[in-house]
Amino acid sequence: MTRPIRVLVAKPGLDGHDRGAKVIARALRDAGMEVIYTGLRQTPEMIVHAALQEDVQVIGLSILSGAHNAIVPRVLELLREQDMGDVKVVVGGIIPDEDAEALKRQGVAAVFQPGASLDSIVSFIRSAVPVEL
Amino acid sequence: MKTAERQFTTISGVPIEPLYEPDPQLEPPPPPGEFPYTRGIHRDMYRGKLWTMRQFSGFATPEETNRRYHYLLAQGQTGLSVAFDLPTLMGYDADHALSEGEVGKCGASVSSLEDMEILFQGIPLGDVTVSMTINSPASVLWAMYLAVAEKQGVERVRLSGTLQNDILKEYIAQKEYIFPPRPSMRLVTDTIEFGARHTPRFNPISISGYHIREAGSTAVQELAFTLRDGIEYVDWAIERGLAVDEFAPRLSFFFNAHSDFFEEIAKYRAARKIWAQVMRERYGSRNERSAKLRFHAQTAGCSLTWQQPYNNVVRTTLQALAAVLGGAQSLHTNSLDEAYALPGEHAVTLALRTQQVLAYESGVANTPDPLGGSYFLEKLTLQTEEAANDYIRRIDAMGGMIAAIDAGFPQTEIAGASYRYQREVESGERTIVGVNRFQSADQPIELLQIDEASARHQEKKLAALRERRDNGQVRQALAALERAAQGTDNTMPFLLDAVRAYATLGEICDSLRSVFGVYQETAHL
Repeated sequence: MTRPIRVLVAKPGLDGHDRGAKVIARALRDAGMEVIYTGLRQTPEMIVHAALQEDVQVIGLSILSGAHNAIVPRVLELLREQDMGDVKVVVGGIIPDEDAEALKRQGVAAVFQPGASLDSIVSFIRSAVPVEL
Repeated sequence: MKTAERQFTTISGVPIEPLYEPDPQLEPPPPPGEFPYTRGIHRDMYRGKLWTMRQFSGFATPEETNRRYHYLLAQGQTGLSVAFDLPTLMGYDADHALSEGEVGKCGASVSSLEDMEILFQGIPLGDVTVSMTINSPASVLWAMYLAVAEKQGVERVRLSGTLQNDILKEYIAQKEYIFPPRPSMRLVTDTIEFGARHTPRFNPISISGYHIREAGSTAVQELAFTLRDGIEYVDWAIERGLAVDEFAPRLSFFFNAHSDFFEEIAKYRAARKIWAQVMRERYGSRNERSAKLRFHAQTAGCSLTWQQPYNNVVRTTLQALAAVLGGAQSLHTNSLDEAYALPGEHAVTLALRTQQVLAYESGVANTPDPLGGSYFLEKLTLQTEEAANDYIRRIDAMGGMIAAIDAGFPQTEIAGASYRYQREVESGERTIVGVNRFQSADQPIELLQIDEASARHQEKKLAALRERRDNGQVRQALAALERAAQGTDNTMPFLLDAVRAYATLGEICDSLRSVFGVYQETAHL
């Protein structure tokens, strides 16, 4: 039997609009993944610490406030410092095209903008994470 | 993609009959201006006075937002509505570590009385009504506003406007809370009491369903949770020793204007009816102004799409029309670019013009409740009322809204509705034009960009302020505030002293955090 994919869904920054994060968490769970939802107002340090503790393969960050350029690079940097560069980081939220491109160049695996289907997110994560036996 | 079989339900899932016919059981509602005000709170509605066109606005620094306000007033907008940034909403100064990356992004950055003075420079607060969207630290920002009015020489009795100040919906939906529910309710009650005594024309609270709906609730959930929140505030104010008719005429409401046209109109009509009955039957109110539910409406931000953004103008127009046909007292129309960013000047002007076309060209404002008597709408109004009253009774049985929040009840109900809706979109049962059907390549639109220069500007101003002010006076004012918070005095006079001494928002909220603690929610998926 294959081990289910483990995903940390995190909501960094001061924003409390968690509709998207919660919908994604449920959709990933319904798709058979193990989902840990951090709750609100997580600093990059808290997120990377939780990812380490929970031994996840994917971190999903939900950001709507425009603070992504301050938050996401810091998460990537902390992951590298912890030797966790193999953890896939996906970002969802209000991320303008040019910022999405820049974040991907810095190491984000995928950016999902408004209107992205749940199905496309599930499929991406399945394809991005190597199967563990 | 496959086209699913057409579902004849409202966007909230209420089944719609093939035909509505006269129903002898259904008594027609009394005329507008008569209890329970189903058809509107005034006999003449918009013939007497049009709704207030109030565009929610704020970005970057108080200086830049002040320029936008002067622009909007010059374009014929009739009231102001302040959007604050996330650090301000969460009670942090612009130079706090947690504010990094967030300053000025979602609204104007206001960390001190100095910023509030700049925000309203050249705007006579005795003449313009101002709404402020601020919740957990609402009493602090209101104190700053009152202090600016003092400096302008405007008497408090002349001040007119609205403080959002609705903390319950933060725990339920929007999640911008600082303190736990009970001390937060005490702060809200302080403002209601202070308002009843000192600012007779100011609404100290705007009990809001908007954010509940944005979080994914159904129309009925929005209505029921909002009105039950209203009941909670009334209970606390009465517990404080106020008589219902001393403060209830100044309770105001705020609803979403979502996409399902008739469902929304039915919601506003049911809201007025339920509230009027609550006032008369539950509280024995005898002042008809207490029983008249006044509300602001904003078109649904969550309905705007990133794809084909010009479609958003059409969505917003229909939603605004529903709010007007539902008898709103003031209205915000979203801008076409708001799925991406705060609105640019061109987009916000078009949104305001949408309201002006409705008001002056469409003819819909010529007679009150023009849809009254529609077989369908009257039936839907009744169904909405009954379903909302069911929820209200369930929450009563739980011991009230705070107990329900502690149990995660409204949060779980909303999360369930939001997930169901997303699944319907996913399966194609719900069509979103340009997103899951009728897709085409997008035209790029011009967006408002807010860079980190705003943050640096705010940090510099704060450093100079902390240098310039009398820090001994600040410490004294904060110590007095903490003592008041520990006791039972109304905190408003102490907040006024603190802001007049230029204690910052973050310092004041830290003082209150030290007394009240901070709230941590249990996440309900």
